Amino acid sequence: MIGINIYLALIAIATLLSMYRVFRGPTTVDRLVAVDIMTTITTGLMVLFALYYQRMIFLDVALVYAILAFGGVIAFARYLEGGL
Amino acid sequence: MNALAAIGEILVLLGTFFYFLSALGLIRMPDVYNRMQTSTKSATLGSLGVLVGVGIWALGTDFGSIPWLTKTVVIAVFLLLTNPISAHALIRAAYKSGIPLWEGSVVDRYREHLEAKEKEKVEAPEGAEETPTEEGGEE
Repeated sequence: MIGINIYLALIAIATLLSMYRVFRGPTTVDRLVAVDIMTTITTGLMVLFALYYQRMIFLDVALVYAILAFGGVIAFARYLEGGL
Repeated sequence: MNALAAIGEILVLLGTFFYFLSALGLIRMPDVYNRMQTSTKSATLGSLGVLVGVGIWALGTDFGSIPWLTKTVVIAVFLLLTNPISAHALIRAAYKSGIPLWEGSVVDRYREHLEAKEKEKVEAPEGAEETPTEEGGEE
């Protein structure tokens, strides 16, 4: 449990860099790519929190979040193609 | 028991470092195709490291048990299967909506593929029914 501050700091830096791309991105797909990466990072963060708070139920939350993020990204991609 | 916790910590450190690299690639790359290329690959590898690392790390602690490792491996396999699919769908949507390539790009295989398919359809319109179209659209 000693090094968890390092892991949380690395995840925070990665999220901040992705937020920069979300606000700056010249096209819509750039922003969607950044949001996709942020959902992947958030899934890893939830699993880390499950270990930190010693609650196994957070793993189920992470699994459901990953499924919903996948569906959302597929829906956005279909919408951009004009097929939805 | 403590060796398992050490192995898990090393894996988690590797995974979070790959998260950082993926966000860095999101900043540094010139266009949306390159950004998706680098960041999806390293984010998938980072997720594998973090999830499997947490599962092994929990085995080394006093509250951990085998279901921790099982659940994290299930989430890791799910991410490993679905991350390339979502990246592929997003990039195809980007190409279809007409976002130009970076001016330093020299290869465009997808356009060559589309042109070859178009030429084949023009030359042999009868044979077009056997080959299923790639899009599967409603039109």
